[in-house]
Amino acid sequence: MASEVKTNAPHSTTGGTAASAMHGDPTRRDFITTAALAWAGVGGAIALWPFIQQMNPDASTQALSSTEVDLAPIKEGQAITVLWRGKPVFIRNRTKDEIEKAKDTPLAQLPDKASENEANPGASASDQNRTKPGHENWMVLVGICTHLGCIPKGQGLSDQRGEYGGWFCPCHGSTYDTAGRIRKGPAPRNLDVPPYEFVSATKIKIG
Amino acid sequence: MSDHLSTYEPKGAFAKWMDARLPVMRMMHGQFVDFPTPRNLNYMWTFGGILTLMLGVQILSGLVLSMHYQPSDAEAFNSIELIRRDVNYGWLLRNIHAVGASMFFFAVYLHMARGLYYGSYKAPREILWILGVIIFLLMMAAGFMGYALVWGQMSFWGVTVITNLFSAIPLVGSSITKWLWGGFAVSGVTLNRFFSLHFLLPFVIVGVVALHIWALHVVGQNNPTGLEIKTKSDSVPMLPYAVMKDFFAMAVFMVIYAWFIFFVPNYLGDADNFIEANPLSTPPHIVPEWYFLPFYAILRSIPSKLGGVLMMFGSIALLAFLPWLDTSNVRSAKYRPMFKWFLWAFFFSVIALGYLGGKPAEGSYVLWSRVFTTYYFAFFLLIMPIVGLIETPRRLPNSIMDAVLGGGGPMASGVAPAAAEKR
Ligand code: HEM
Ligand code: FES
Repeated sequence: MASEVKTNAPHSTTGGTAASAMHGDPTRRDFITTAALAWAGVGGAIALWPFIQQMNPDASTQALSSTEVDLAPIKEGQAITVLWRGKPVFIRNRTKDEIEKAKDTPLAQLPDKASENEANPGASASDQNRTKPGHENWMVLVGICTHLGCIPKGQGLSDQRGEYGGWFCPCHGSTYDTAGRIRKGPAPRNLDVPPYEFVSATKIKIG
Repeated sequence: MSDHLSTYEPKGAFAKWMDARLPVMRMMHGQFVDFPTPRNLNYMWTFGGILTLMLGVQILSGLVLSMHYQPSDAEAFNSIELIRRDVNYGWLLRNIHAVGASMFFFAVYLHMARGLYYGSYKAPREILWILGVIIFLLMMAAGFMGYALVWGQMSFWGVTVITNLFSAIPLVGSSITKWLWGGFAVSGVTLNRFFSLHFLLPFVIVGVVALHIWALHVVGQNNPTGLEIKTKSDSVPMLPYAVMKDFFAMAVFMVIYAWFIFFVPNYLGDADNFIEANPLSTPPHIVPEWYFLPFYAILRSIPSKLGGVLMMFGSIALLAFLPWLDTSNVRSAKYRPMFKWFLWAFFFSVIALGYLGGKPAEGSYVLWSRVFTTYYFAFFLLIMPIVGLIETPRRLPNSIMDAVLGGGGPMASGVAPAAAEKR
């Protein structure tokens, strides 16, 4: 087919003889066909982009990205769960004992040694790196098990908290300590600390 | 088989006129009336027809359900209660569809087991088999998204756990989950897109089924002996023989189906799914629908997150490679004394994994899941290639006809007119 086009085309003066075309060397026509197909491929890929991109979180979902929470009613030892971007956020007012336990844990015992806290990227998973200075009693965590997304138990006073006194995921048995760090079970990472800041002594803004 | 000579004769002026323009009747006649089917097919060959019927049933019942269903966070759960209580015959249509999904999977598992036992995946049926694996994957996607639509606790947390599997992928994992959810967690946005896809997928399945049947009619059906049709006497025309047998099997299947619909419609469901989805509380024990349990058990038996995900998807993907993993040139396990027992042990493992997948992931349940997961993979990756090389198969009959008459060659050749069919 290609060689036939070649011999019949009077304007194909350069780019080899009819003989070379017969030996299977690419002709100009082959080049144009390939280039046109490649260009159409690029166009197709670009046209596909909006169809893929529409599935990402939309503007209204992105806009709901911060929540303010009043901490005053939460007594020591109590915890509440709030919704932030459709995800539960655990806020626990830890007891002295719970804070001590978290501080005394040697880093070497942690399966995940990273802080998992956007505020302290690259830092170690020490208790200090997962809380705010001066507010060490407050543990703020995204309440989603880093294994497959269940919500761990441990917010309610009567909940099972697992052997490390933090949170326990009923789905496949991941156990977190009082700083929300994974200690046992299939979850690969510590519970995430969401971005938040203290806007006053008793109020935080998440997001 | 596609080159067999059809006896189609258009009857009447209109049929002749049509035949010269769109010979669809000629094609149907050739493919579904005088199409040669092996004369020794057993009832395991009726599930293809049953599956086609079930696909039709799901599409029809799904279409009418979608006239009443509301794919939104606020309304989904209520709209299904409305279907069950207020819509005329809604209770029936809903049960047809929900039980139908289970019956569909029940039939597909038997259909696949048939293929494994009689070696239907071997040359020249590789493409036919791979198309089947693709249909199975599409069915799993359709079933998973359909279950999400109920928007009960088990729907919601099932979707959460399964979509989170993708977060195990290094680097891009969390972008993929966000993209799937259309948000930062499973939400009504996710439900809405699952509804669109759940509506679409069955029609994609129809397309792949058409290719599957086309491929079947090019290479012809396998049969319990695993031999090809050699002479005309090895086969019977599809109508009435195979068609009547299919209809009878469908009728029996429908009786069982109806029993579930009318007497125990919720038997295969989960009590937690009668509680509306609550993103703030996870039920204590998450289990998928029964037809996913063996794969769920494989997922949970691996102590690493990424490893578990890879093994689970791998266990299905592996099926597509069977034609090349099996080194024996005898098709049917009937004539493979060693392979046969390994295969029964494999069937047992899959059922055992199904049982274990429904139990909590602790103690000896995990241990046994690991044992059976190991056998599952060893069966495909070690036993299939090795047994094919070392086993001595039993002597095969000369032809399908011989196998049916149970005798040796001479008697059969006396009966058969032996009009050799050219292939
Ligand atoms: C391959 C075929 C199909 C399969 C395997 C399938 C599977 C399922 C499953 C497992 C459910 C949840 C059942 C329950 O517990 O209530 C479901 C629900 C639903 N499906 Fe399908 N389906 C199929 C085809 C379709 C089609 C073609 C449509 C629409 C045209 C559809 C529309 C719906 C709707 C509206 C619901 C929600 C109502 C309900 O749950 O009863 N389905 N489907
Ligand atoms: S989701 Fe928490 S342990 Fe699996």
